Amino acid sequence: MRHLLSAADLDAAEVGEILDLAEEMALVQSRPVKKLPALRGRTVVNLFFEDSTRTRSSFELAGKWLSADVINISAKGSSVSKGESLRDTVLTVASMGVDAMVVRHMASGAPLQTARWFAELGLGVHVVNAGDGTHEHPTQALLDAFTLRRHFRAQDPDRPDALAGRRIAVVGDITHSRVARSNVELLTTLGAQVVLVAPPTLLPSGVGTWPVEVRHDLDAVLGEVDAVMMLRVQRERMSGGYFPTPREYTVGYGLTRARLGLLRPGAPICHPGPMNRGLEISGDAADSAGSLILDQVAAGVAVRMSVLYQLLGGQDDADGTTGALR
Amino acid sequence: MSLTGPDDPTPASRTVLDADQISRACARMAHEVLEANRGASGLVLLGIPTRGVPLAHRLARAMAEAEGGLEAPIPVGSLDVTMYRDDLRRHPTRAVGRTEVPVGVDGAVVVLVDDVLYSGRTVRAALDALGDLGRPRAVRLAVLVDRGHRELPVRADHVGKNLPTRSDERVSVRLAEVDGADEVTITRDEA
Amino acid sequence: MTQADDEQGRDVLVLGADLAGRGPADLLIRDGSFADPADARPDADRVDAAGLVALPGLVDLHTHLREPGREDAETVETGTRAAARGGYTAVLAMANTNPVTDTAEAAEHLLGVASRVGSAQVVPVGAVSKGLEGEELAELGLMARSAARTRVFSDDGHCVADARLMRRALEYVRAFDGVVAQHAQDPRLAGRDACCAEGELSGRLGLPGWPAVAEAGIVARDVQLAELTRSRLHVCHVSTAETVDVLRWAKQRGVEVTAEVTPHHLLLTVDELTGYDPTFKVNPPLRSGEDVAALRDALSDGTIDAVGTDHAPHARHDKEHAFVDAAFGMLGLETALAVVVETMVRPGALGWGDVATRMSSVPAHIARLPGQGRPLRVGEPANLVLVDPERRSVVDRDASLSLSRNNPWHGRDLPDPMVATWWGGRRTFTRS
Repeated sequence: MRHLLSAADLDAAEVGEILDLAEEMALVQSRPVKKLPALRGRTVVNLFFEDSTRTRSSFELAGKWLSADVINISAKGSSVSKGESLRDTVLTVASMGVDAMVVRHMASGAPLQTARWFAELGLGVHVVNAGDGTHEHPTQALLDAFTLRRHFRAQDPDRPDALAGRRIAVVGDITHSRVARSNVELLTTLGAQVVLVAPPTLLPSGVGTWPVEVRHDLDAVLGEVDAVMMLRVQRERMSGGYFPTPREYTVGYGLTRARLGLLRPGAPICHPGPMNRGLEISGDAADSAGSLILDQVAAGVAVRMSVLYQLLGGQDDADGTTGALR
Repeated sequence: MSLTGPDDPTPASRTVLDADQISRACARMAHEVLEANRGASGLVLLGIPTRGVPLAHRLARAMAEAEGGLEAPIPVGSLDVTMYRDDLRRHPTRAVGRTEVPVGVDGAVVVLVDDVLYSGRTVRAALDALGDLGRPRAVRLAVLVDRGHRELPVRADHVGKNLPTRSDERVSVRLAEVDGADEVTITRDEA
Repeated sequence: MTQADDEQGRDVLVLGADLAGRGPADLLIRDGSFADPADARPDADRVDAAGLVALPGLVDLHTHLREPGREDAETVETGTRAAARGGYTAVLAMANTNPVTDTAEAAEHLLGVASRVGSAQVVPVGAVSKGLEGEELAELGLMARSAARTRVFSDDGHCVADARLMRRALEYVRAFDGVVAQHAQDPRLAGRDACCAEGELSGRLGLPGWPAVAEAGIVARDVQLAELTRSRLHVCHVSTAETVDVLRWAKQRGVEVTAEVTPHHLLLTVDELTGYDPTFKVNPPLRSGEDVAALRDALSDGTIDAVGTDHAPHARHDKEHAFVDAAFGMLGLETALAVVVETMVRPGALGWGDVATRMSSVPAHIARLPGQGRPLRVGEPANLVLVDPERRSVVDRDASLSLSRNNPWHGRDLPDPMVATWWGGRRTFTRS
């Protein structure tokens, strides 16, 4: 694997490898010495143009538990206003001699542009998309798949292909959700049927061409699915005219206490966090027995360890360079 | 380290241990381990994937037979050393095997089990991996075949067969659990 | 330039060029005008143009020269050299410079610079509103009365979104036969972030969508305002099939509306955005294949009157941001004719005479330029471009005469027709 830019780049076998290895990595989390030497001497930089304490910490722990040197660079604030171009910023960091760059950016496509610039210059730096604008967040989708796979395997050990044939509802602001896009790609690759539930104002244009079912009636959907994934409602959407009031949103699309009873018995609840309790998810739902929200967080480190190992665990490129300007 | 030969052995290949001999070697090693440990108490067998794992299970069964039934079965697990190898960066990304340690290793006598002892690098990686799991009272090493050519100061405590080889020869261990049959062969590299 | 100076006072005899599709003939260039070839002096410079097509010098209704303000991206000198290389003898320079061309003084300043360094006629476009802010009318009349004789007014880059301001501008310019060139983009439907044609791809790429209705809606309003005010409206860079429908309807009603299409909207589609390459970020955005087909049909049948390049040079660093942060626009002057040949002439949708109309005489008429877009006739100004219809090459952005490199055609095999350009009898481009 050269980069991890989009969940769409992974086939089912590659996803399986990443998730299987993540299972091994998860064991490390419960050991007295949470350390593997696999990436000793490798340098991973978390280049975050947008704040995200949880994603950054998760990548940081993942790198450190694999013995990589991890540095965090916060490039918050528009580089346009600072006069430095994105290309300058990423090439500057790459030239320090890093092996992998974990990029978070508020603009869709920034990690893909970064990877293209590296390729043009023959830089061997691996790029991981840690969330780009409203495009993708592939490691979030991987950790969601990991969490759900574990859950379904525990429920039904006779189905090792735990996600194939499952129906999974993704509820909320699909238009602006990178989590939703990556999950649609990844869950579909794994053979699950995704049901998107949202008011029409929060469905992206062209959603009709996606390999999903689109619904507007959450109450009816809840009884038909094997799992439900609630998306965060961004504060700025509340004033953007996408729905009249938060109250109306909750009544229509929130996972309220009353709606918990509509779920199939044992159907798990996911949320990528951070949650707006009382808006898209009630406290009762978030803390219910079916909630996998904390499992998702734990899975995040294991999945990111697995991804970093896939990218950096083997030999360098044929010419032996990693990260140095040629 | 197991170096598996081609499925269809070339004429240059010869069998050095057949199924019967492998079985007797395992039985003898089981006795040795018990004798050195004065019984089975406190023992944990950890096989190194791939073929060290079935070997560890065979040793455990042989030890149970030798003791004429034990109060509790001897714990057997697997210890994957991929992430601890010193040659990770000389190969494309390696698949990682399973690590399953049934009981805590703190204070236990851990017997590492592998099929072939060669350079000693796998054993070094295993010692590092074990150190991250806890602090055993003692660590012993049991291998089916010791073919020599050590590159590190490593010595096996229990050896099924010492097999003098040349470095251009390949030693292939096949086990029924993995390969469908028991056999150890030596193949001359055609290079 | 030295070469051009040397040519002053010497006859140039162009032999055997096909005059805009009307058959081969000779042309004599003398003292800046066409003269009778029979009168050519024996020492005339003879240009063998057999197999070439002669067109009147092209006129671009839509150029950004970036001077004053962003001379690192383009200057009057480099922009007009690129124009000459593209076969242009006149360019209308949009007002969104810094300072904005919203006064007579600013327009005359640009005219002065161009008279010293220009390789083509530079026609200042005046801003409709002060500072392009869309609130108060700029001094339209003073610009019209100035030495620049401004007739085209546009806030291009911004839409004149306020319906009342648009109505007043249309009414006001009628007094001096002016025209308002509208950048049609409803800012409530397609805001500053909008950078990808709204559709399947914008949804998948997670890029802010720019819906077709944001263009067609404004055009539908403006053609009715033009009808109401009996004034002239020009629609810049039409990009959607919906807008074409509105234009067709308006023209049937007899509204005085004209429209232009850019070369890039005739060939490139939104699919170019898949890799988030800001080279393909332009406003209005690249659209679907269906839109491209509708635009070609409209240019062929005259619903769209002209080709305007929207040549928009940008310094490299302004294009090396994340896609949504990068500057809008792409180069166009040097490749416009190439793209028109590829998309319209070769498929048979336009003849050479139509090319002369769409790229020279009609734009000149819209802008009320007396000395441009004239027939290749004795007595007319010698604005001429010779083209080789067969020649092709792979576009190299580094071979450009523009200061900028945001060239969407880089690496693409296209016609490469330009052989030579004369502006007022002065040779401004010769293929090397």
